[in-house]
Amino acid sequence: MSEPWEEEGPGTIKKFLYVNRKAPYGTIYALESLEVVLIAAAFEQDVSMAFLDDGVYQIKKGQDTKGIGMKNFSPTYRALEGYDVEKLYVEAESLAERGLTEDDLLVPVEVMSRAALAELMDQQDVILSF
Amino acid sequence: MSMLHTVNKSPFERNTLNSCLGHALPGSAILLIEDGVFGAVEGTAQADTLRAALADRAVYVLGPDLLARGMTAEHVIEGIAVVDYNGFVELTTQYDKVQSWL
Amino acid sequence: MKYGILVNEGPYQHQASDTAYQFAKAAMEQGHEIFRVFFYHDGVNNGTRFAVPPQDDRKIPDLWSEMAEQHGTDLVICIAAAQRRGLLDEGEAKRQGKDGNNIAPGFRISGLGQLIEAGIQCDRMMVFGD
Repeated sequence: MSEPWEEEGPGTIKKFLYVNRKAPYGTIYALESLEVVLIAAAFEQDVSMAFLDDGVYQIKKGQDTKGIGMKNFSPTYRALEGYDVEKLYVEAESLAERGLTEDDLLVPVEVMSRAALAELMDQQDVILSF
Repeated sequence: MSMLHTVNKSPFERNTLNSCLGHALPGSAILLIEDGVFGAVEGTAQADTLRAALADRAVYVLGPDLLARGMTAEHVIEGIAVVDYNGFVELTTQYDKVQSWL
Repeated sequence: MKYGILVNEGPYQHQASDTAYQFAKAAMEQGHEIFRVFFYHDGVNNGTRFAVPPQDDRKIPDLWSEMAEQHGTDLVICIAAAQRRGLLDEGEAKRQGKDGNNIAPGFRISGLGQLIEAGIQCDRMMVFGD
């Protein structure tokens, strides 16, 4: 048993996965779930973000929101790296179904197959969906 | 490590169920709740999809949500177990974690 | 088992809050602990003091307030989501120069960190949404 003053480290570290399946702007889920990830960064957990189904649209380049009067929050995804949130996974099938490629995305991501993403999901401790 | 997946949307409204099934590993369980219960009903255009899933995954449906929508256990695809809220809680203890598909 | 619950939708509009409530109730009846119920997105609207639903139907905000009163359940409303949607406690109302506050008994306003803490502390994190 170590003395209290000898114990160091951040305490419990869990694998958190944020599942993003919805397009931006039509609903608030993309924006507000991103806000969770940014706040969560302070807790030094093992954080991953998965973009699948319409969630892949959240990180598509070239979002011009002036005409709809909403704030373009897509640049915020580029700030994630600065918060040590670097594990961004995009589902290959979801991209292909939507006629998109990795080049259409505004941040560096790891593209993985549905099967690989299923395995990744299974390895997580806490999965948050919005 | 095995997962309990919940699906709360009708397969006729959204791709939620299909997306879940595409990611639920063998040995995992799927619980249909709220409008998701329609996926459990026999004789629909979606019934074969869930029936196929039964081969390697356990499927459950939340009884109170079925009854609310005018269906009973008799309408449910064979092999899908009907549970109540107590059963829902028990399932969350039997599986290591829960993923909610919305 | 220790549960964290995330409620993403408001009362009546979606079944999420009802399902979350029924789940929490069943879990407690089985002797489990509800560590925290965190209300995000439109879920913050479950914490309004001013709901006057029809007499012959359940009063969702009251159900949650009663759960807090009877079991000490920690009901947390996300401050960022609450500010967007106009849910204010007395302190927030003063700070923001608003002429009223509307939080129901048993709810408290706090930050997204409370959600992450629940994810870290709990055995299971349940998400109810749309």
